[in-house]
Amino acid sequence: MIVILGAPDADSAELYAETVMHGDPTWAGPLAGVALGLPVYHIIEPGIKAQIDPACYEEHLKLMEIALDVDKISQTLTKLRGDQ
Amino acid sequence: MELKGKRVIILGERDGIQGPAIAACIKSAGAEPLLVQTQCFV
Repeated sequence: MIVILGAPDADSAELYAETVMHGDPTWAGPLAGVALGLPVYHIIEPGIKAQIDPACYEEHLKLMEIALDVDKISQTLTKLRGDQ
Repeated sequence: MELKGKRVIILGERDGIQGPAIAACIKSAGAEPLLVQTQCFV
C-alpha cells in the first residue's frame, strides 16, 4: 500500500508525507506519535508520471504540472523517502 | 516504484490536484484506489 499526494507545494507535501511516514509532526491529530511507515509519492513525480496513460495525464494533470514546482516537490519527497 | 497492482491512499488537495483526478490517473497505471480524499484549507 502506498500514498499518492496532490499537494500544491513542497511544504505541504512534506507535511503530508511526514504525517503518514513518521507520525504527525505537529502532534495535533490522531496520527501524533503513530509512524505508519507508508511510502509516499506525489502524482507529478517523474517516476509516477511515466506510468500514467498519456491521454489521462493530459486530461487531468497537464495544466497543474505547469503551475506546480515539480522539481522542488520531487526533491523534497525523494529526500524524505531516503531514495537515491 | 511500480504502480501496477498497488493499493493506493490518495490525498488530493483543492488548490493542487484533486483526489478524483489522481484516482483516474493511477487507475490508468493499473493501481487500485483504496481511499480518495480532497483536502480544502480555505
